[in-house]
Amino acid sequence: MNEAFRAVQITDHVYWVGAIDWSIRDFHGYLTSRGSTYNAYLVLGEKNTLVDAVKAPLKEEMLSRIASVLAPEKIDYIISNHAEMDHSGALFEVADVVHPEKIYASSLGNKTLIEHFHTDREITMVKDGETCALGNLHFTFLESRMLHWPESMVTYLAEDRLLFSQDIFGMHLATGERFTDEIAEHILNSEAAKYYANIILPYSQVVLRFLDKVKDCNLEIEVIAPDHGPVWRKNPLHIISSYTKWAAQKPTKKAVIVYDTMWNSTALMADVLADGLMEGGAAVKQMPLGTSHRSDVATEILEAGALVVGSPTLNNNIFPTVADVMTYLKGLKPQNLCGAVFGSHGWSGEAIKQLEVLMKDMKVDLVADSIKAKYVPDQDVLKYCHAVGKQLAERLAAVADGDQDGIA
Amino acid sequence: MKKYTCTICGYVYDPAQGDPDNDVDPGTAFEDLPDEWLCPICGAGKDQFEVEA
Repeated sequence: MNEAFRAVQITDHVYWVGAIDWSIRDFHGYLTSRGSTYNAYLVLGEKNTLVDAVKAPLKEEMLSRIASVLAPEKIDYIISNHAEMDHSGALFEVADVVHPEKIYASSLGNKTLIEHFHTDREITMVKDGETCALGNLHFTFLESRMLHWPESMVTYLAEDRLLFSQDIFGMHLATGERFTDEIAEHILNSEAAKYYANIILPYSQVVLRFLDKVKDCNLEIEVIAPDHGPVWRKNPLHIISSYTKWAAQKPTKKAVIVYDTMWNSTALMADVLADGLMEGGAAVKQMPLGTSHRSDVATEILEAGALVVGSPTLNNNIFPTVADVMTYLKGLKPQNLCGAVFGSHGWSGEAIKQLEVLMKDMKVDLVADSIKAKYVPDQDVLKYCHAVGKQLAERLAAVADGDQDGIA
Repeated sequence: MKKYTCTICGYVYDPAQGDPDNDVDPGTAFEDLPDEWLCPICGAGKDQFEVEA
């Protein structure tokens, strides 16, 4: 047996046996600037249970960590909380080594695992709210549909007061430390917010329902063990209250200006809009798309009140980088935003109308007529940019939540 | 009869097909689904559905 890696004890019965991915930067389009981890957990008792697995290529790292505390063939059960391949990729290959008595998943988890791996292996379906005694330990399964897949569920281990929360409450963050209390708070806050903005945001209504459901179950949660990033063993309420705040999507007085430029005309309009916003007392974040990643734009939008979008017209269309980000943002369904559209063009200027349609689809409340400049903005256009910036700031001051200034 | 889309997950309820997995016969209008009917994909309630444009 490979003895290269070690398990890390999390609680009395639970060991972390996942894998650390220091080098990943492109996680299906999400810029994982600090890498990630895929967390699997081994629960040791009269019977031994593995909760979730890792990406297929990292199977050996996981098996090696398991072997540091238990011969893998002594695992009796496997629980699959989430069928996405970063947690299930190695699941059946590990099952081939382990020969577990049972593999547990939700009913949709069963279906989704089969649709991925086309296996005829039997999966035991658990019901929402069901508690199973596996040996001397008690596991309660709670469906968490659409957080963030239809089949997702979480598992509560009563003896250790620990919630295996799969992707919920997680973050992409590769570290040598396994616990949040060992990591600088600003890093945790920014990576957790980025994860929420890019993965959980479209299901914010579901988050609120899920948090109520967990509350109604009266689970005493002392430790939250997600499938990515560090374990919350001190003050798990910190991340729960962050989720409550993010899910509410109350507008702040921050405006995010998202734009690209060809000959600096649209960029100049962005700068002047920003100046108007600042003069009006708003907080401003400019995201020029030549140097800003779509997943960082999403993070900025999470705690904003306005989305201001600018695009040159290129061959009768929205500039490709702007179209990319707007398609992405539309899918994330941010709520309660006001905004405006601007851009320069040479002879036709279709990008403005196309962006207006997108913004209306996204239910962004456009506070002013869109700003169009032919080739290079003249003084009248720039004056109007400044005025629209101030108008946006006034709107933000009126709608912003008093407790939040939008400056993360 | 109109199709309805779940605003949470995008599932489309098609009255022509019903929801046989949950004992809803083909030909059942969305309005005639029982109040406790849930989206078969994400578990959202009927109030989370919008008429398909």
